Amino acid sequence: MALIKKKKKLINPWGGFFFVLPSILLMSYFVYGMIFWTLRLSFGRRTNSSSTDDSFAGLSNFTGLLDDPEFTHAFSNLLKFTFVFIFGCLLSGLIMALLLEKGIRGEGLFRSIYLYPMAISFIAMGTSWRWLLDSARDEKATGLNMIFQWLNLGFLQNDWYTSEKGSMYAMALPAIWQMAGYVMALFLAGFRGIPDDLREAARVDGASEYKIYRHILFPQLSPTFLTVLIILGHISMKVFDLIYGIASKSYVTKVLAIYLWQVIFDFQNFAKGAAIAILMLVLVAIVVIPYLRYVTKSEDARS
Amino acid sequence: MSTDTAQSVLNTKDISRTKRKLDARGKFALVFRYLALIILLVIAVLPIYIMVINSVKGITAVSQSTAFIPPRKLDFASWGQTWPILREPMLRTLIFVLQSSIISAIIGSINGFVFAKWRFKGSNVIFTMFLFGMFIPYQAIMIPLVQFNNSIGLSRSIYVLVVAHVIYGIPICTLIFRNYYAAIPNELIEAARVDGASTVRIYLTIILPLSIPGFVVVLIWQFTSAWNDFLFAIFLTGGSPKLSVATTALNFITGSADRVYYGNNMTASLIVSIPTLLVYMFLGRYFLRGLLSGSLKG
Repeated sequence: MALIKKKKKLINPWGGFFFVLPSILLMSYFVYGMIFWTLRLSFGRRTNSSSTDDSFAGLSNFTGLLDDPEFTHAFSNLLKFTFVFIFGCLLSGLIMALLLEKGIRGEGLFRSIYLYPMAISFIAMGTSWRWLLDSARDEKATGLNMIFQWLNLGFLQNDWYTSEKGSMYAMALPAIWQMAGYVMALFLAGFRGIPDDLREAARVDGASEYKIYRHILFPQLSPTFLTVLIILGHISMKVFDLIYGIASKSYVTKVLAIYLWQVIFDFQNFAKGAAIAILMLVLVAIVVIPYLRYVTKSEDARS
Repeated sequence: MSTDTAQSVLNTKDISRTKRKLDARGKFALVFRYLALIILLVIAVLPIYIMVINSVKGITAVSQSTAFIPPRKLDFASWGQTWPILREPMLRTLIFVLQSSIISAIIGSINGFVFAKWRFKGSNVIFTMFLFGMFIPYQAIMIPLVQFNNSIGLSRSIYVLVVAHVIYGIPICTLIFRNYYAAIPNELIEAARVDGASTVRIYLTIILPLSIPGFVVVLIWQFTSAWNDFLFAIFLTGGSPKLSVATTALNFITGSADRVYYGNNMTASLIVSIPTLLVYMFLGRYFLRGLLSGSLKG
């Protein structure tokens, strides 16, 4: 034992630092340095491509956003989308996990088919989803509207992502379709992490299946719920390809990421683009930083 | 601990053990479960089903009103039309994606080893700072990145995407390897140390040979996310056709004015999805591991 202790002292504690130094430098420059650069831009006056004005504009780029109806429109769209997306994913992912968690013949097949949408690019899936969410109705109906008619549910037909009010709710459908399998996998991992004895003991005590879920399994899953919420929340804030792949830059489905792209590419307004980017970062940070602290703390407690 | 979670999802529950004789109610519940599972299955498959059947209907027979109906006879004309357009971008993507995933995996393995087994003062803080880089919206670094890219002249080469995916892949690759190495018992390393091996040597001779599954997870994860990436591609290649990659080339086809060639759009989308679908079909369990580690829990 004494020998090991002696040896341990011989290990250079800074050796590890030396090997991760390249990554530390890259992350400092390309993540934190560039975030700072964007922050600087967002307080500046480079509002067109030829501007080299480096003076400070204070918060004017941010306050300007509040008066920009396109920005507020994109922001409220994002909130609507986030709400339906998170709710829909939680619900469908949980249902899938509940159907599978006790084990069923063919589980592997179901599980891998539910998960495959995660492996495909949003740009590629957009093509099919444009068809499924086509707004034509009745005799001309195609896609989901046509399926509704086959099922005698014609009243459910609607304009999907082209509708003025419901566009973001419709846009959440492909997003849920793509992410539900992931949520299922997280919940399944949660369920399988609960020792079988707990369930058995409750069963022996005569608890009904409903009560077992309600009082024993679901409380155990609260860390999983938190993880799922954080993951879905930050994905939702950043949503871009999915919406672009289906509706391109259309006004009714505009979210922050799409608007930011327009501001930078089409209007070349870097200061404003930077302000939107910083806002997106703040939104994500609000959700993610407490989570990171929570995860690292609980890991420290375990080790 | 990390791999356990993924493994617990992957292992199907041993149903023979819990199987009891089903009464009528149990049978009904089982039928109901399968019915629900199959309905969900149909929903999951529907969009890709549409892609597949409409890619083999030829050019003119494709219409939205018959989207769900399989073709009477197979006609690969739209494959013949779209493949020549996609071939070059797909090849370019394949080459850059392979490069970036291999470099990412090497960096991730070294970092992961340090953060798991060769910690230094403050390494946990630095690791957490790395992790935050995984969640940021890339828009928050995109304007400086594009300017940086223009200033050093990388923008005229596909290497800009290799560099971007390697750098912004550092957090997730480090995380996957760190979790993987955390499961390796410390005694193994201590024993080698007692024998006088240096830490670098321990990494090369003991850890690295044990790392193959970790490498597979990272390679697949980086491959899939770089292949499917659209954001970096449009920002950093500036829409230059000489640098078009799979997703930007596809976007050019499906987003162009003549959306009338529905069959071609469907076929192009399918062709671009094939590499990641194949990876998923054959190495899906490793993909799932990468996915679960993205939640920091996996």
